Amino acid sequence: MEIPYETTARPDTGLWNAKIGIWLFLASEVMLFGGLFSSYIFLRLDALPGHWPHGLLNVPVGTMNTAILIASSVTVVLAWAALKMRQFTRYKIYMGITILCGVIFLFVKLYFEWPDKFKHFGAFIREDRLEKYEAYLGNHHAAEKGLDPRIEITGHLENPEALTDPNIKEYEVQLDQVSAAPDDPASDRPHFWQVPRSEKVAHIEKEDVERATYFLPTHSTFFATYFTITGLHGAHVLGGVIVFTYFWLPIGANLYKRNPEHLANRVEVAGLFWHFVDLVWIFVFPLFYLL
Amino acid sequence: MDETPTAAGEIVARNEHAPHDNHHDVSQHVKKYLLVGGVLLAFTGLTVFLSYVDFGNRKTNIAVGMLVAAIKAGMVAGIFMHLSAERKLIYRILIFTAMFVFALFWLTYLHWYNPISR
Repeated sequence: MEIPYETTARPDTGLWNAKIGIWLFLASEVMLFGGLFSSYIFLRLDALPGHWPHGLLNVPVGTMNTAILIASSVTVVLAWAALKMRQFTRYKIYMGITILCGVIFLFVKLYFEWPDKFKHFGAFIREDRLEKYEAYLGNHHAAEKGLDPRIEITGHLENPEALTDPNIKEYEVQLDQVSAAPDDPASDRPHFWQVPRSEKVAHIEKEDVERATYFLPTHSTFFATYFTITGLHGAHVLGGVIVFTYFWLPIGANLYKRNPEHLANRVEVAGLFWHFVDLVWIFVFPLFYLL
Repeated sequence: MDETPTAAGEIVARNEHAPHDNHHDVSQHVKKYLLVGGVLLAFTGLTVFLSYVDFGNRKTNIAVGMLVAAIKAGMVAGIFMHLSAERKLIYRILIFTAMFVFALFWLTYLHWYNPISR
């Protein structure tokens, strides 16, 4: 059955139906991400000094993923424009690039960024034992420079069995550069390129540790919000890729033969969703990776 | 508005093209899309660069970062999402969305004003 107003504008609204539909959906999406961002602001502004880590995410990789999403936003609008100009081959190429960009974005996130965090270890030192680990925390230096206090020692956990075996009394941690040389002014601010881990291994007694985990959502409020928001965003990217692939397959070609304007409109509304996903990332990237 | 009933009985508006419906218009927009894409990439580089500039305190860095992000978001919404020339109904929907989302952020802000503990 032919649905009225799928290609022609309704006289009362001046719009075809799906366009209103997608904007109402995007309005609900604004509220969904708005809720998460307002929680983020609440949690971040109320975090105690030293409890909101910086420089734990890979900035070059995040920058690359941002560029990939922006490029895909351009190609999806070009795919729509190609359909409007009745250039189907061009549409296939641009849409193919868009899908590829979405897949690369997800691949980088799920096979590189997240697993890299799952192997990274941090031990939060009890407040009354901070002085004992001054060589790894550098709080005297931080106080002199007016920096936030450091309460965590990070690196690669050499004896992961220590997490579960109560007979093992200490964590052996191959230190990140910031924990190996905390007094070095170069460690005062995060770097663009990741600094290679030092060769130094620290022995941290378990009884001196408030809590110790890999960089999982349980690690800190920072990682809890990071995984929640980037996870939901990633799910949106996946949704977009699935819809675009559906339009890219022969089913899109068949619709194009029947009614090219209908396919153009479908690509336009899916594109609006895709731009929104890009728009969310524009805020996620600086908030989590840079600031 | 000039309306014509079609054979199927539906009402089709004439002289009521949605923005960008004209094929010639679309081809003219392509260059603009490429240009905006290039500007967005440049602004991404700018965001990263500015985040490493010491503005004296972190709050200023965050404000600068969010300002650049807001400009980028404005370009995506205005050009890619065609909001710079859209129908009134879409703006009406978005005005209400903006009101509700600001109310949501305002509720977050309110928690610092707890009269009982002060």
